[in-house]
Amino acid sequence: MYPASFEYHRAASVEEAVGLLTRYKDDAKLLAGGHSLIPMMKLRLAQPKHLIDIGRVGGLSGIREEGGHFAIGALATHHAVESNAAIRQKCPMLSEAAALIGDPQVRNYGTVGGSVAHADPAADWPAVMLALGAELKAVGPKGARTIKVDDFFKDLFTTALGPDEVLTEVRIPTGGHGGAAYMKHPHPASRFAVAGVAAAVTLDAGGKCTAARVGVTGVGSRAVRAKGVEAALTGKVLDAASIAAAAEKAADGIDINADLQGSVEYKAHLTRVYARRAVERAVERAKGAK
Amino acid sequence: MAQAKLFGSSIKRREDPRMVTGKGVYTDDVKLPGQAYAVFVRSPHAHARVRRVDLSRAKSVPGVVAAYSGKDLAQGGVNPLPCGWLLPDLKIPEYRGVATDKATFVGHAVAVVIGETPYAARDGADQVVVDYDVLPAVTDGEKAVQAGAPQIHDNAPGNVAFRWSIGDKDQTAAAIKGAARVVKQRLINHRLIPNAIEPRASMAQYNSATGELTCWITSQNPHVHRLLMAAFVLGMPEHKVRVIAPDVGGGFGSKIFVYPEEVAISWASKQLGRPVKWTAERRESFLTDAHGRDHITEAEMAVDREGKIVALRVHTNANLGSYLSTFAPLIPTFLYGPLLSGAYKIPQIYCEVVGSLTNTTPVDAYRGAGRPEATYLLERMCDLTAQAIGADVAEFRRKNLVPAAEFPYQTPVAFQYDSGNYEPALDRALQMVDYRKFRTDQAAARKQGRHLGIGFATYIEACGPAPSAVAGALGAQAGLWESAQVRVTPTGKVTVFTGSHTHGQGHETTFAQLAADRLQVPFEDVEVVHGDTAAIPFGMGTYGSRSAAVGGSAIYAAIEKIKEKGKKIAAHLLEANEADLDYADGKFQVKGSPARHKTFGDVALMAYLAHNLPKGLEPGLEATSFWDPANFVFPFGTHVAVVEVDERTGKVKLVRYVAVDDVGNVINPMIVDGMVHGGIAQGVAQALYEYAAYDESGQLQSGSMMDYALPKADDLVSYETDRTVTPSPVNPMGIKGAGETGTIASTAAVANAVMDALAPLGISHLDMPLTPARIWAAIQAGKH
Repeated sequence: MYPASFEYHRAASVEEAVGLLTRYKDDAKLLAGGHSLIPMMKLRLAQPKHLIDIGRVGGLSGIREEGGHFAIGALATHHAVESNAAIRQKCPMLSEAAALIGDPQVRNYGTVGGSVAHADPAADWPAVMLALGAELKAVGPKGARTIKVDDFFKDLFTTALGPDEVLTEVRIPTGGHGGAAYMKHPHPASRFAVAGVAAAVTLDAGGKCTAARVGVTGVGSRAVRAKGVEAALTGKVLDAASIAAAAEKAADGIDINADLQGSVEYKAHLTRVYARRAVERAVERAKGAK
Repeated sequence: MAQAKLFGSSIKRREDPRMVTGKGVYTDDVKLPGQAYAVFVRSPHAHARVRRVDLSRAKSVPGVVAAYSGKDLAQGGVNPLPCGWLLPDLKIPEYRGVATDKATFVGHAVAVVIGETPYAARDGADQVVVDYDVLPAVTDGEKAVQAGAPQIHDNAPGNVAFRWSIGDKDQTAAAIKGAARVVKQRLINHRLIPNAIEPRASMAQYNSATGELTCWITSQNPHVHRLLMAAFVLGMPEHKVRVIAPDVGGGFGSKIFVYPEEVAISWASKQLGRPVKWTAERRESFLTDAHGRDHITEAEMAVDREGKIVALRVHTNANLGSYLSTFAPLIPTFLYGPLLSGAYKIPQIYCEVVGSLTNTTPVDAYRGAGRPEATYLLERMCDLTAQAIGADVAEFRRKNLVPAAEFPYQTPVAFQYDSGNYEPALDRALQMVDYRKFRTDQAAARKQGRHLGIGFATYIEACGPAPSAVAGALGAQAGLWESAQVRVTPTGKVTVFTGSHTHGQGHETTFAQLAADRLQVPFEDVEVVHGDTAAIPFGMGTYGSRSAAVGGSAIYAAIEKIKEKGKKIAAHLLEANEADLDYADGKFQVKGSPARHKTFGDVALMAYLAHNLPKGLEPGLEATSFWDPANFVFPFGTHVAVVEVDERTGKVKLVRYVAVDDVGNVINPMIVDGMVHGGIAQGVAQALYEYAAYDESGQLQSGSMMDYALPKADDLVSYETDRTVTPSPVNPMGIKGAGETGTIASTAAVANAVMDALAPLGISHLDMPLTPARIWAAIQAGKH
């Protein structure tokens, strides 16, 4: 309930935040919405000596559509994504996934960038970002760089971000994926994903799948792409049988953790079930879009 | 006129505006000048010898006021926590709330640090160094009593606290031997954690000038707290201790008991000469609030050729945790065994219980307390037995219900049911759920590979404990009556001081309704005061759905005294004979000539003016009553759950929930509905979600809101409720009790429904919680 003492810094700009990170290194933590960090600090599981609040840095909370992308500021809240009209229309999976996060209070405070950078292995966004082929913009002492989502999630709570980098924006292609859907089996208490699967498929005029990306969260130590499913979908006419066959590969290669929510076998099974459901929905959407 | 309007009317809760606008005063809201804050250092081990507690670094942390080990408290005169219910040959481990030499569960306090701020106290606690010798632990009740298990307390060999039985062993064995069919099942009723929305908290202020200790405690029974804590644990004169239980945000039983924390801070306040406050963090609530349930049972139900139950035999291992919490021995014995007859006529019942000690948090009363355990067992056995003999589950129940003509009904396990009419409640529930149509729909759904299920619980409950003499004979170290004092002011306003305690039940409304109804004064003219030992007469508090039946009856009786005295005064003023007066519409009036009357206000004023009172009558208008009930009251009803199981994921969806309860006469239907709704949610949660899971080493794996699955609104459905009314003859208002019925019935109804859904997959029984993983694994096992 009562965090250990820390120094509070309110950064006025990304550059200032980067400067503070550079100065305090491992002793520092960035604070955005605070809905993962603050509970951990209250339990004293996290005891940063310096807390760098970027919550009031200007220009990081907007959602813009530009150059075939949604540019979602790292400080945009889950609710902002959930309620954005352009996103609802062009990429409903994003708003649907946002609506599955926590409860309204969490969605009004928690941020997309905070969640992605935190890399909780059961968070919803990582699977969605993987399926959509997102790009993540980060600013460090040497300036800005863009990281492909496929290179971003490294391990449990570990990303490609350097200790002195600030995630500033998530860029998501507005087109290119014909249809996408995210489905999850929520943890009965936390509502994080026990198994969550995001699928994005592109179909040609004949209904053949020309591209597929599938992201899986919840079951392993980090979100990963289900490349076996993607390969099995690509080049096929997607009907119930081909989708079911592809979904069978959803848990392949994932090092699944057993816990109170189920055995390795059960979680692998759930991953396959939700992969099938997510792909089916994505295909419906892709067909509807035509 | 007032009668019809108040008693039985859904008046909105007068406490709610205060609660929902943040104007309630909970223990943590109490602020005193100079208050310090306590933080407890807790054992991370389930079983460990405490070699050394080094407080030196903690004491040097800036802002730390003091730090104490368990030995400091023991040497300072703090006694072990008492057990308030004794059984023959009960082994009571010495419960040092702050461990002196051994910690026996994860969360057992080993030191307390007092700081100027909660931050400083927590910083200090982080600097306490404890040397532990970690010992092997045992968390499972059955394993704990097996040979070779780690021995937890020297005075409880084999980790057995008691062996208890009820019923006729030989006759039951004979009936089972002669039965047409015997169904056996092993059933686990898993452990739960109460999770009141307000964590436990306490504030202690010792006044060295007067020698008085004032404690604010999240308590369901402030006088019981005062008695046990002051006299037994702290050795203080009881009259020098005042316990205030202000607004309390839920208890479910967990706030009945005396806990280590209020004791330690009371002692610390005396040492330091300043107020000390402690408020549990949520993780402490998970680890240290008394848990509930945790039974492992072998049950046998025997029936004759006609499908009538002839006998029930039960052997239960009740896991009590590592110490005996205040009323721990009562719950799996007298609140369990005598409930095993349920709503049924069962000629022979025998139940034996082993109370086991384990390296887990102590277990005590949790909403329903023994009765949900008994009901779950009995209702599951009814389904299994009906299935075994090819009977319909509803008709099997109907055939075995105690007939209406047989009340009061004496069971073979001690209880005599006060009143009942069970079949109409079953009929109404069947009608509401449209049972026949459901079975048709179910058959059609099964053809499509969908798994619908229906489950029943035709339950009874025993509440409003109890005749004190009986409770005393059974081991209670307390009386189980209730008190009330009714004070009338000179202007005719009324204050009711109740020994009951409200922590969500709505007494401020219902008791005011009751008093205003009996006195025929406006509802607004009645105030209800509770929860302060300095204000109310000695009271026994709230648990076991007793407040209306017992506490309400005490108010009723006190009001009768007020009316008797008022009549004397009125008769004197009217120069009439007392016998010729009626009390109607708030007036004492001469029978046949209502114009000749004195209002309640006239009489109250004269009682205090005392200018013209009958000779020998004392001034004033107030009365106290202590109501000792002649029996428990026995609510009953039928609950029906409808579920659908997703075979692919094992996930259970609650589709419908029908509850027909009979709680006797009802003071406020809306409040009763609310209690039924909340109870159903809690019971559904046990069947499907909640689970206090320990690993082998004794770590609580579901010790946070992120892990322990309390139900959310979207896990539940809109309940369909109704009531039948069979008044109780035990109290003057014909009230039974409504606080626990939902919890008692719903767990069994939902579990039965899930099993009904899974029947075509070859699954007859699964233990709760019926999680997707567990159901899926069973379906897979059935396929091989």
